Amino acid sequence: MKLMPCPLNGLRPVSEFVYWGELRPAPDAATCSDAEWADFVFNRNGAPGVKREWWCHTPSNTWFIAERDTEKDRVLRTWLPGGEP
Amino acid sequence: MPWRLLRFGLSRKHPEPRMFSPSGDLKPAYDVVIIGAGGHGLAAAYYLAREHGITNVAVLEKGYIGGGNTGRNTTIIRSNYLTPEGVKFYDASVKLWQDLSEDFDLNLFYSTRGHFTLAHTDSAVRTMRWRAEVNKHYGIESELVGPDFVKRACPSIDISCSGHAPILGALYHAPGAVARHDAVAWGYGRGACQRGVEIHQQTAVTGIEVKGGKVVGVQTTRGHIATNKVLCAVAGFTPRVTEMVGVDTPIYIHPLQAMVSEPMKPWLDQIFVSGSLHIYISQSARGELVMGASLDPYEVQSTRSTLDFTEGLSAHMLDMFPFLSHVKVNRQWAGMADMTPDFAPIMGKTPVEGFYLDSGWGTWGFKATPVCGKTMAWTVANDAPHDLITGFSLDRFRNYALTGEKGAASVGH
Repeated sequence: MKLMPCPLNGLRPVSEFVYWGELRPAPDAATCSDAEWADFVFNRNGAPGVKREWWCHTPSNTWFIAERDTEKDRVLRTWLPGGEP
Repeated sequence: MPWRLLRFGLSRKHPEPRMFSPSGDLKPAYDVVIIGAGGHGLAAAYYLAREHGITNVAVLEKGYIGGGNTGRNTTIIRSNYLTPEGVKFYDASVKLWQDLSEDFDLNLFYSTRGHFTLAHTDSAVRTMRWRAEVNKHYGIESELVGPDFVKRACPSIDISCSGHAPILGALYHAPGAVARHDAVAWGYGRGACQRGVEIHQQTAVTGIEVKGGKVVGVQTTRGHIATNKVLCAVAGFTPRVTEMVGVDTPIYIHPLQAMVSEPMKPWLDQIFVSGSLHIYISQSARGELVMGASLDPYEVQSTRSTLDFTEGLSAHMLDMFPFLSHVKVNRQWAGMADMTPDFAPIMGKTPVEGFYLDSGWGTWGFKATPVCGKTMAWTVANDAPHDLITGFSLDRFRNYALTGEKGAASVGH
């Protein structure tokens, strides 16, 4: 069973977590162009690499950020939003 | 037969023709370079040569022929989709499939089985009825059937699914079929080779040269090639290739896993899919049960497989077929599915002139192999999207005009 380190609850089975995609800065919806907005809404970085992602530990509803190598599926570190490691 | 085999083995001449011509060195230039020697890439090469007379073509493959998702899918062929674009496209594919063995002079073991998509809830029944009506409108054999019909067709099924999720009905699609997937790649590959196409295995593309918004060449691990047209047909590797030309796409990669049981006597004629239980199953010509489930829940760009998957799938399989409890799992594997936000593929031209995409094939690529090859060959030869694929262009995301193919993979969404 794969384990994920939750910043609040420690190591827990990955089945308790929900993946919510890569952490990406949103453009300002009021001022950006349609094309920039479409790029933000649809386009993704699908290539492998070390990425920062949103995850949620569902039993405790803890949202946090994980740094993960998406090719090797190895979690490098996790932290709560706002609390940069 | 053993005597003939021995004579063949000892013979110096090897009278059987080789499946593929030996590839030799790369030429300095080709009219078209196709990245990926899977079913899609080889089919495009085959139709480029056969229907458009373009034979100065190199198919580059970093692994071996049909070793990617072509050899990793669960071989189901059907056309009971939901959008008019999807239904027309996959119907054209099913019609091509039916003549393919003769086309190739190679037995693909194409076997029409009948395909059931089970509904366990009222809302699922409603979707099945919707799909059946769209299908009938386009002349495709699909109908909504009740649990009695399902039970008659497959007496071994537990209609109550252990009481958890009783089957209320199903979308029955009689032309649903299975075929040997590696034979498809080999058939297209041989046909393309016979017409002069070169297939280079163990040749990875490391870069694509673009000058003034146009493709001018390809860098490979075996040297440089000059070309003005590149077709990318690499499934789960698509983002790594689009990165080379600076084209942004919505494609994201999740693994899709599958497994087979030990071989059994034939007992399952049909193909069964259950969206609620997240499973699908058919029995191969070898007697193995070929089983799959929904996508892995998060992004991974590798073909690792997990025990979680085997456990979850087996548990749901026992809900439907309790007597399988003593049957062993023989092997499991994974493929990298290139998913799109609307569950429809991305095909055709891109902002880079001469760079064509055949991608976004997620969990639904195998069944489309022939029609993809045909329409992509047309698109590359004419530098304009074929009529059947205009709904699948990369532009649709920029224009907020998505295709919304909810009938795409039968499980998981």
